[in-house]
Amino acid sequence: MAAKKLNIKDKYRLLTRDLDWEFSYQDRKEAFPYEEFEGIKITDWSKWEDPFRLTMDAYWKYQAEKEKKLYAIFDAFAQNNGHLNISDPRYANALKIFLTGVSPLEYQAFQGFAHTGRQFGGVGARIACQMQSIDELRHVQTQIHAMSHYNKFFDGFQDWSHMHDRVWYLSVPKSFFDDARSAGPFEYLVAISFSFEYVLTNLLFVPFMSGAAYNGDMATVTFGFSAQSDEARHMTLGLEVIKFLLEQHEDNVPIVQKWIDKWFWRGTRLLSIVAMMMDYMLPNKVMSWKEAWEVYFEEAGGSLFKDLARYGIRMPKYAETTEKEKEHVSHQAWWIFYNYGQAAGFHTWIPTDKELDWLSEKYPETFDKYYRPRWELARQMEAEGKRFYNPGLPQLCNCCQIPMGFTEMDDPTQIAYRQTVYNGERYHFCSDGCHDIFVDEPEKYVQSWLPVHQIFQGNCGGPGVEDVLRDYYRMNVGADNLDIKGSPDEQRWNAWKGVA
Amino acid sequence: MSKVYLALQDNDLSRYIVEAIEEDNPSVTVNYQPAMIRIENEGRLVVRRETVEEKLGRDWDVQELHLNLITLGGNVDEDDDELSLSWNR
Amino acid sequence: MPIQAITPDYHGEVRDRLENFHGNQLVYVGWDRHLLFCSAVAFPLAPDTRFAQLRDEAMAGVFGLHPEWAQVDWGRVSWLLDGEPFEPMLDRPLNEQGIGHKSLLRMQTPDLKGFQSAGV
Repeated sequence: MAAKKLNIKDKYRLLTRDLDWEFSYQDRKEAFPYEEFEGIKITDWSKWEDPFRLTMDAYWKYQAEKEKKLYAIFDAFAQNNGHLNISDPRYANALKIFLTGVSPLEYQAFQGFAHTGRQFGGVGARIACQMQSIDELRHVQTQIHAMSHYNKFFDGFQDWSHMHDRVWYLSVPKSFFDDARSAGPFEYLVAISFSFEYVLTNLLFVPFMSGAAYNGDMATVTFGFSAQSDEARHMTLGLEVIKFLLEQHEDNVPIVQKWIDKWFWRGTRLLSIVAMMMDYMLPNKVMSWKEAWEVYFEEAGGSLFKDLARYGIRMPKYAETTEKEKEHVSHQAWWIFYNYGQAAGFHTWIPTDKELDWLSEKYPETFDKYYRPRWELARQMEAEGKRFYNPGLPQLCNCCQIPMGFTEMDDPTQIAYRQTVYNGERYHFCSDGCHDIFVDEPEKYVQSWLPVHQIFQGNCGGPGVEDVLRDYYRMNVGADNLDIKGSPDEQRWNAWKGVA
Repeated sequence: MSKVYLALQDNDLSRYIVEAIEEDNPSVTVNYQPAMIRIENEGRLVVRRETVEEKLGRDWDVQELHLNLITLGGNVDEDDDELSLSWNR
Repeated sequence: MPIQAITPDYHGEVRDRLENFHGNQLVYVGWDRHLLFCSAVAFPLAPDTRFAQLRDEAMAGVFGLHPEWAQVDWGRVSWLLDGEPFEPMLDRPLNEQGIGHKSLLRMQTPDLKGFQSAGV
């Protein structure tokens, strides 16, 4: 007699309940030593639900199909010299940031979920973390494969992993994940699964990838959307994690709220790099950062936090600050990189007239008043043969590690300075959000590996900045860095296109 | 009321899924962006296997949606017959 | 609680303490409302550096690129040291006038409004 076909609810129950076992001769606390120190109280792991109820057989089947589709497109892209179809060689620089700044985070997420999954006593949570861990490994691999094609034709793609651990601006994404991975397992889940995946990654993977398509980059849009199809699962996990923690015990509510506040702020600072990629690095524009923020945070996040209000969870602290920041951050971030274009592993540039006009149109309240004058001065200096490169090294925020170029949002020509003194040492921050994170756990952030300070301590080679770039960061100085104008990337592009 | 949403890759299969969604959720808004289709609705949105199968003219597993899905917003519930997105209030 | 850690009495290594800078201290200097410079700048300086050296060598080497630097009237500049009003003594060393390791010095020139009077 044929066995009765199981439906997905039955299959999921068998996988996540019946495969677990009781600890009869070992102490459960020794098996899961990290489960309690964060103060989170779990009374019943069996309440954990995965709404997709994905089992391993279905997981492998659909992941394999996604991979086949993806690699067929990579092959077609490479065989047809797809790099020649991008809108403009400037576009490739957004990919350099992606490969050095984002792809290594996928690897960190792989490690983070592998570790975290091991720490939970509930088998449903362990399986969800296991699948996500494998997903994240797939993401880093597919991203490397997609971008390896660009590495054959453009500068700056050659040493992404080495650079991720050393280069000044890459300490921003690196320290973000280091912070999450060195936290306990529950904070890690709230940080990455909820605050990052659910609330914020759409802003990276949806409008930016749609922008990649619009700029002729078939390989990137394909890996982006393929990764994002896993992300839809991760987001769902993130929301379930929050609901699970909040339903388990009322004492969890303030702890979870504090983590949401912290990781929302850490995430918005990290995404300021994506903001500038959207507004300044995509030659063909899809939507402005401000519009993306409104759709994917204010609207989607607004619905989410309304839904969570029944647990006593409110909007993240400083969400109202981000409503003002959306008018400013992309401009301030790109200006930081324009200032330090000599030390970046990608090219920078002054926006074209058409782009400046697009920015004025998209940012009617702020662009002409605060940011167009910066570009006009830069243009004047360039015309005099003195392209502006800031010769000093920047003051960095001790929390997010971004150069302290963000302004007071109610006074946008005044840099925001916050500081605190802890055990006799002075620390500086770009914002109230970063200040509060430090003050809450100073023993963690006194250890920040701030690239500018490390250079001055002599830990990055030297003595000159160029020595650091060449020997410690392994940049090809004169090719990877500086303005796009006159770069080897630009020269090669013009030769391919037959432009004099 | 809050909006739930999902986004699909803009490809041949998604066209039929979108048709099915439009049929089962008459009030949806469908928004075409480069390489993707964003579908949103007030409060609740459902993708039903039967309707998709009718449009496709073949068997279709609800989990196949993962192949074309880019992102979603709302509480998810999935079984063998449908996937739904909703906000509780 | 200074940290949520599984190790009792956990303390982090203070990575930027003065001793790690080989005899120098760090001083951050910003020129308010002159955003050609995206942020304040960090200088490693010997603690006995005179203020005049900081101003006329270190600061001039960076801020001198601004078209308004040459117009600065030093008699009308005001300064903030770690947020408090400050009167620098040009011929005295940094460490004799309260400019400590990782102090932030802000220079304000209200007469100079920046490029196109836009604070740039």
